[in-house]
Amino acid sequence: MKHKELERKSIEYRKTILEIIYQSGAGHTGGSLSCIDILNVLYNGVMNITPENFSSFDRDHFIQSKGHSVEALYTVLQDCGFYSQKDLKSLNQFQSHFIGHPTRKVPGIEHNTGALGHGLSVAVGMALGLKMDKKEFRVFTLLGDGELSEGSIWEAATTASKYQLDNLIVIIDRNKLQITGNTEEVNPIEPLADKFSSFGFSISETLGNDISSLMEILQKTPTEKNKPNLIIANTVKGAGVSFIENQIAWHHKVPSETEYNMAMKELDEALLNV
Amino acid sequence: MSDIKIGKPNLEVFAETLLLEAKKNSSITVVTSDSRGSGKLVPFGKELPEQIVEVGIAEQNLVGISAGLAASRKKVFAVSPASFLTARSLEQIKADIAYSNHPVCLVGISAGISYGQLGSTHHSIHDFAVLRCINNLSIVAPSDNFETTEAIKQAVDYQNPLYIRFGKKPMMDIHSQNTSFKIGKAIIAKKGEDVLLIATGETVQRAYLAAQILEQNEIHATVISMHTIKPFDEETFLNEARKAKVIVSVEEHSIYGGLGEQCASLLAQNKINTCFKILGIPDEYMINGSQSDVLDHYNMSPEKISKTVSDLLINK
Repeated sequence: MKHKELERKSIEYRKTILEIIYQSGAGHTGGSLSCIDILNVLYNGVMNITPENFSSFDRDHFIQSKGHSVEALYTVLQDCGFYSQKDLKSLNQFQSHFIGHPTRKVPGIEHNTGALGHGLSVAVGMALGLKMDKKEFRVFTLLGDGELSEGSIWEAATTASKYQLDNLIVIIDRNKLQITGNTEEVNPIEPLADKFSSFGFSISETLGNDISSLMEILQKTPTEKNKPNLIIANTVKGAGVSFIENQIAWHHKVPSETEYNMAMKELDEALLNV
Repeated sequence: MSDIKIGKPNLEVFAETLLLEAKKNSSITVVTSDSRGSGKLVPFGKELPEQIVEVGIAEQNLVGISAGLAASRKKVFAVSPASFLTARSLEQIKADIAYSNHPVCLVGISAGISYGQLGSTHHSIHDFAVLRCINNLSIVAPSDNFETTEAIKQAVDYQNPLYIRFGKKPMMDIHSQNTSFKIGKAIIAKKGEDVLLIATGETVQRAYLAAQILEQNEIHATVISMHTIKPFDEETFLNEARKAKVIVSVEEHSIYGGLGEQCASLLAQNKINTCFKILGIPDEYMINGSQSDVLDHYNMSPEKISKTVSDLLINK
């Protein structure tokens, strides 16, 4: 898929994210907008995951460890054909499977997440299982930067390195904000690259809201033999909507009618400029 | 009293059985947290090095990785001391195993008060309680070597998340080899028309021996080995409970949230107003001692169990 087409998709995805959050009255707006370009590139340009091959284990795999940004994931999976728009729009409704954190009841979801710090261990297990069976598929996992304070992340990092899981690709949505404030004020995680490097990872860094940069880095990963991969994707929380960007309040704020209309207008204008 | 034959520690039987099964089934994968020695898995590691994963002292990671390996179609046995496995990793058990429905077999070794003298950090007298309220997780505590062997064999093909716990003391043989064992179905180890003793795991032998003491006093006890705490075999328990003059439960667990409270709940909800006593570890910092000394202290020696039954019969 051409970059321009992906850029257009990213804007359309942003519109859908805001629409389903606005209509359902709940959701993690800022984080979904920060990671949507990463998911867009992964599902539409990098990973071998489709509705047709999903029931097989012989394919790539994706675990969204930062489960709270589920609106972004649901939106991309719908566009990839895993379910209908009507299903997607049942988000948060009574008896809907489309709940506020990823659940395997929704087609295309690999693992139930929501409690932070779990996804990397599970991804390590999957990547290890693939290696044991000498299968060439890759395991991608998306972590939030705030969740790096969870000790289990670092437990998993040691095992990824021990078993030389070069089929494991860890992406950090480095938007630098968590619910209380800046990550470096809440509980510093820097120097992030150095930390993961010392844990034995091959490190890359990229612009996480830029389609071309993401495509370039993801298409050349894995980068080193016998080393797990870490990509620090520098993003903006709330990216793509000017008044939502970098605002802590929008961690899980739901737009008012006025805000929703303003955001849609801004995104429609952005579409014209692609 | 009939002849007593002491077998091996259930832990050893687990490791031997698993090795035999894993030789036949290359998908069987053991994950350990620096616990292959205490789990008697050194021979497994030597004979099947491709089927063992070592994560070091990191129980949360142990359970998460086990979920991932299960997703990659491995039949995983995640082995760690029960105390750490079920407390340190509780959220991983809840979210990554049970909620995500990965049929991992979580193996809690040196369970209950097997590490008697090592203190509360090493005791798992909470595991039934915390795991019972997690949906989609079965809980098994085999009593003797036979139950252990059968539980591990059935665990290989078990399609749901499962927790099995056992200790490291040699266990008395209670059942014959032709006994029927099925996860979720209690075994009646002895039939008697007067009283009901129900126990689980390593306390079954104590209940069984207590029944033999009672027999000498012309009190005939039924002994149920409730090896599966969840799903609980309500039918067998209630059938026997309705016939008994008194009922005593025995468990190597807190008196809160385990076998006894499950029985109490069923008795009350089925309008069975029979005199009932829960024997287990009281809500206090436990007295120091070996597993055997501690169980004896808290009225779970065969003699004290039988006395509890006799007293209840007199005072009911």
